[in-house]
Amino acid sequence: MLAKRIIPCLDVHAGRVVKGVNFLNLRDAGDPVEVAARYEQQGADELVFLDITASHEEREIILDVVQRTSEVIFMPLTVGGGIRTLEDIRELLKAGCDKVSINSAAVKDPEFVRQAALRFGSQCIVVNIDPKRVPIGEGTETSEAGRDEVPEALRVVPRPVPSEGPFSEKFSTLDPRPSTVYWDVHINGGRVPTGLDALAWARHVEELGAGEIVLTSMDADGTKDGYDIEITKAVSEAVEIPVVASGGCGSPEHMVAALTAGGASAALAASIFHYGEYSIGETKECLAAHGVPVRREDTSAVRQ
Amino acid sequence: MIQIIDYGMGNLRSVQKALEKLGRQAEICTDPRRIAGAERVILPGVGAFRDAITQLRSHGFIDPIRDFLDTGRPFLGICLGLQLLFDVGYEDGEYEGLGLVPGSVVRFDSAPGLKIPHMGWNALQIERRTPLLEGIPEGAYVYFVHSYHVVPEDDSVVATRTDHGGPFVSMIAQGNLYATQFHPEKSQSVGLKLLENFAKLPINA
Repeated sequence: MLAKRIIPCLDVHAGRVVKGVNFLNLRDAGDPVEVAARYEQQGADELVFLDITASHEEREIILDVVQRTSEVIFMPLTVGGGIRTLEDIRELLKAGCDKVSINSAAVKDPEFVRQAALRFGSQCIVVNIDPKRVPIGEGTETSEAGRDEVPEALRVVPRPVPSEGPFSEKFSTLDPRPSTVYWDVHINGGRVPTGLDALAWARHVEELGAGEIVLTSMDADGTKDGYDIEITKAVSEAVEIPVVASGGCGSPEHMVAALTAGGASAALAASIFHYGEYSIGETKECLAAHGVPVRREDTSAVRQ
Repeated sequence: MIQIIDYGMGNLRSVQKALEKLGRQAEICTDPRRIAGAERVILPGVGAFRDAITQLRSHGFIDPIRDFLDTGRPFLGICLGLQLLFDVGYEDGEYEGLGLVPGSVVRFDSAPGLKIPHMGWNALQIERRTPLLEGIPEGAYVYFVHSYHVVPEDDSVVATRTDHGGPFVSMIAQGNLYATQFHPEKSQSVGLKLLENFAKLPINA
């Protein structure tokens, strides 16, 4: 049976792993190559590097990091952040990563996803989707930015306001309380709404040839209150390709929910691993205890 | 020297690095003339069946691969490099493969809740102990990423199966020809062990 994957995500800035909240107060957290090797030893199933280096001139640095990392780890490595051209992808794959994840560039030019999948194969093209609930209804301020430019089939549609769970609170305090919300795909780190409906967009990127979706709910991201189960489940059911749940993880139990009720194929997390709150091994133990199929790396079973 | 066939389908460096980690020299081979003198040959590959078979042909690798297999020296196909060995592939049409193993390559049947591509770590059910599986326990996890799988006509070539909405063939062995649907170079210690077994196979078999 296919195991559910546990994927640590490392923010990489100027060639170093960094920790910080919302990209503020960045603290150095080590050499990406060493951190990657440590996670491999702990039994991580894959690894993601998110290049948060702003400038394009510094791409050489991430290429070097990828190259050095791929010399020492023997599991899939995905790199995301600032990927805009086929040449960006070619360079990263050549440096030794296995998949690239595309975010804003997919929204700005969906054809880019198709071209990338045709040229490099769907198996290495991951699309990141960052939805955020935007209140609609009488008296509520909604951003209509760009909504008219979105093809009708992909445009946001009203969805019920969450009545329970961690996201209901922020809507119940609004006056008047909105009756519906949009699941509006955001770009630029959750700052810019696009007018794309999360479900329609997920189906569209699948058609364009994406091999996997990383879904980061901007409502859940950074809260550590748990993944956004409602949207994760809806997207997982809407597409045939695997969906990786991301954003909001504060404990292994949150992963259990994302991988069972949420229907996700994998759970991505950053802070719970980086701050040493839980090791990958402890996390997998918890998942296994809850009946989630995980790979328990028992290296002693392999006679070298 | 191990030759890794480069026909323009994906990153081959990871296979080479895995072998280097094991202390084995491997060369990425773009020249079909170098196949004849190789000790061992690996045919990797990711991407579409049609593109791959076209590239193999246009690079002139098809006859050298056949001739190499006739020498009895060890050959390993990985992922698409397994699928290409079969008679026919049904990815976006119908395309003739190398015809070295009787059978076809078909897509996973869609089913509610079944994710395609089959991506991630899944377990090996060992059906036949081949030298490549030496030291690898039943149920060991290896890394897969594919939407199509092989259906051999003759079950005797099957070495392992894996479950994804039902059992599919994840590894075959036919004489000196071995091939895996999974990526040993991405499968940590289990994958390295398998590559090491391959590198240690006698070359005069």
